[in-house]
Amino acid sequence: MLETLIHIAVLLLLPPLLPGVIAKTKAWFAGRTGPSVFQPYYDIIKCLQRDWVLSETTTWIFWAGPIITLAATLLAGLMVPLGRASALIAFTGDLILFAYLFALARFFTTSAALDTGSAFEGMGAAREVTFGCLSEPALFFAFMVLAKISGTLSLTPMLHAPATAFAAGITAPLMLILIGLFIVLLAETCRVPVDDPNTHLELTMIHEAMILDHSGPLYGIILYGSAMKMLVLGSMVLQVLLAFLPEREMLRGPLFLVLLVLLAVVIGIVESVMARLKMLHVPYLLISALLFCSFAFILLIR
Amino acid sequence: MFLILILLAVAVAALSGLPGILLRRSDDGGERISAISMVCAACVGLIGALGGLLGYGGKPLALTWPAVGGGSVGLDALSAFFLVPVFLIGGLGAVYGLGYWPHCCHPVSGRSLRFFWGMLVAGMALLVVARHAMIFLLGWEIMALSAFFLVTAEGHRIASRQAGWIYLISTHVSVLALFALFAIWRHVTGSFNMTPAAPQTLGQGVTALCMVLVLVGFGLKAGVMPLHFWLPGAHANAPSHVSAIMSGVVIKTGIYGMIRWSALLPDVPVAWGALILLLGALSGVLGVLFALGQHDFKRLLAYHSVENIGIILMGFGVALLGRAVQRPEWVTLGFGACLLHVWNHSLFKPLLFFCAGAVMQVTGTRQMDRLGGLAKRMPWTAAAFLVGAVAICGLPPLNGFVSEWLLYLGLLKGAVGTAGGALAALVGVPTLALIGALALACFVKVMGTVFLGAPRTQSAADAREVSRLELVPMAVLVAGCALIGVFPSAVAFALDAATGCWLQSTGATAVPVAQTVPLGVISLLALLLLACVAGIIWRMRIKEVVTAARRSLTWDCGYARPDARMQYTAGSFARMLVLIFRGVLRPADHPPQVTKLFPVPTRAHSHVDDAVLDRVLMPAGRKVEEGFAWFHRFHRGLTQHYVLYVLVILLILMCTLFPFKNLFAIWLKQ
Repeated sequence: MLETLIHIAVLLLLPPLLPGVIAKTKAWFAGRTGPSVFQPYYDIIKCLQRDWVLSETTTWIFWAGPIITLAATLLAGLMVPLGRASALIAFTGDLILFAYLFALARFFTTSAALDTGSAFEGMGAAREVTFGCLSEPALFFAFMVLAKISGTLSLTPMLHAPATAFAAGITAPLMLILIGLFIVLLAETCRVPVDDPNTHLELTMIHEAMILDHSGPLYGIILYGSAMKMLVLGSMVLQVLLAFLPEREMLRGPLFLVLLVLLAVVIGIVESVMARLKMLHVPYLLISALLFCSFAFILLIR
Repeated sequence: MFLILILLAVAVAALSGLPGILLRRSDDGGERISAISMVCAACVGLIGALGGLLGYGGKPLALTWPAVGGGSVGLDALSAFFLVPVFLIGGLGAVYGLGYWPHCCHPVSGRSLRFFWGMLVAGMALLVVARHAMIFLLGWEIMALSAFFLVTAEGHRIASRQAGWIYLISTHVSVLALFALFAIWRHVTGSFNMTPAAPQTLGQGVTALCMVLVLVGFGLKAGVMPLHFWLPGAHANAPSHVSAIMSGVVIKTGIYGMIRWSALLPDVPVAWGALILLLGALSGVLGVLFALGQHDFKRLLAYHSVENIGIILMGFGVALLGRAVQRPEWVTLGFGACLLHVWNHSLFKPLLFFCAGAVMQVTGTRQMDRLGGLAKRMPWTAAAFLVGAVAICGLPPLNGFVSEWLLYLGLLKGAVGTAGGALAALVGVPTLALIGALALACFVKVMGTVFLGAPRTQSAADAREVSRLELVPMAVLVAGCALIGVFPSAVAFALDAATGCWLQSTGATAVPVAQTVPLGVISLLALLLLACVAGIIWRMRIKEVVTAARRSLTWDCGYARPDARMQYTAGSFARMLVLIFRGVLRPADHPPQVTKLFPVPTRAHSHVDDAVLDRVLMPAGRKVEEGFAWFHRFHRGLTQHYVLYVLVILLILMCTLFPFKNLFAIWLKQ
């Protein structure tokens, strides 16, 4: 019972901290003080209190998009184990539901973008669905590797297996899917080198271009939902990473949350030291993630 | 007992259009008679099919048809399973036709269309219950020919006629393969009866030959890549409810044929399962890729049928693999996915075609780039289309997800289990993920360009919601999608019964789906997802705030006069994906010609042609035509000439009876 409550509390309360940490890291690299790490919390609360402004072109899809996206992300969050404890929802085949909930979110985010009838949002939506076509097979390859290692088809045992059943034979596949999953994490949460959330030019954005017209409470929901997505996918990557860390039994406890924050720092470092890729080169990066994950599976069944 | 109901429904459906033909052309009573009798036939047929699924099909009924030496019909769970979509869409489509193709607007084509609609449904039902190859062929031909007349209902349009002829040619090639199949069957088993052969009796060569003919004959009807070439044109140019039944049900008879004949052949080797899995993966990916390149609403949906047939075949392939290597889990999951996707596709594809028809009816165009903003003008159609789109992309909480989930699990269980299974998963799982993501891109494109944004033309701006006669069938299909999506355990019994029926000839017993995967959890989570969405909507008091919200222009980065033409079009939305896969799609671009210093208005367009029809068959056909140019001199177009040719050929044939031996004998003696 306590574990359930902790899981839900972490899932609901921690997400906005991650973008805050990323922003702080980037500020530190740039030699600035930067906003407080809690700034995203203030932003979201402020957005939620604002009035609504809607475009005359839009229909109900426009406001349903962010809401369905948040609900789908929340449900996906209940299926990923945070640390040692089992996820709240675990059953045979939950990995597919997990991936498809994000696809559902993508469907409604992009539809809501197209609802505005703006070329910029159409551009963002087109990029989002295009890159989704490449990151989704990579994710499934990674899942196949984890399923093969753990011998089960449920996310909790699959994600616990790298840490608990670590063996020399699976080092290489795990390392490959770790790289693949990290690229998928960056792409799905719209970070550099795939997307630049801080750019000032709508033409070059993906996620931010899609939500140009959302404001006030809807924008707050979108910010919160994308932070939650980062937490969910980030903890998935961390579970695989645990296999390579010393003292992993200890790290699987409450220290897992510290690791999550450190992951945000790593993403911040990546953002600070890299430039965003040219839009036409993003598919190459994603295809390389796909190749990493597929080689991992081939290594495993050779 | 229930078989009688089915036969009754077949008779009522076959005769439903007849009164309309006998009535005067100005009399519109025929359309009501036909719709009412189709609905009655559908209700009776569905009750019969339910009885069959529950195992009350009864014994096969012998029909006397001396010309072919007997003949019988029967109703087992497998037949009953495929009867459900036949009667469901047969009934709903007839009602939709009342609004979409009313007698007052189409006094000539309407009468024949309703007659052949009834015949099509009757033919399909007959071939599904047939237990004798000749009865099967009778139903098959009734279906194939009625479909030809339905596709060419708008015969005054050249595109419609061309699509009809290509369809007719391909369906006859498929019948040719079936003739060969049945002849071989008769030769090795001694009768035309469709009873399973005993294991180890046929021999590998015969089994392989039968499987090739099954794949060609039924694959052509099902629209498996690369035999899909007739499908996009026929589905795009037929009236929309005809597209709905052709895409939702007629192509499934091809799948039924494959399943039925694989049940009759008990020892199909492993390699065939792998081949069908590969063919399914190919159809799935190429189908959705070609769909992405289309600008025509209905052509796009037609290519999605190729994709979905691919998913169905992948499930069937997994089941065949499982049957060959005795893995009951793979059989349950693969066959369950295959069958459930048959039902699912026959729910959401007609739904999407009904919506496309409604859009076409009020705007007069199938070109997506001439539409836009219809969600405001046709809210119910748009909502129905959204449900269909979410379902066909395989997204939770609708029915498409459940069947794809079963298929994923079937493949993944193989990956966890054995090396061979891992190979199947290596092909299947990422392919399925790619298909899902591409389908999502494609349907976001349709949703966005047709229903969302601002109207691009005046006809789209003037659109109004269609009549209830069209909305009610859509609503029924939406309910079906939601029901299977949220409560998949409600249909588990049907899957189990049909799987058991398929396995009967091998002597293996089927494991129930509910024991293999947690179907109940899916319902729970679907409800949880809906509750989450409803909870957030309630918490935000959406209704109040949306009505109170300030309205303004779409933010276009400071641009004050946004225009509908500035929106992303269907072509631009899919452009990146089309370019990534340009090696397969070969998009043809016709860029605008800018010549003068002050350019005059010009036009640009791009299109993706079909890989098989436009790039292989048509050029090859033209080559053959050139080669046989000399043959034209025999074609005078006069009936008398052709009768003369027949006579000449007969005479030549009779000359072969001449006792040449004696002639030579005499000649040799001298």
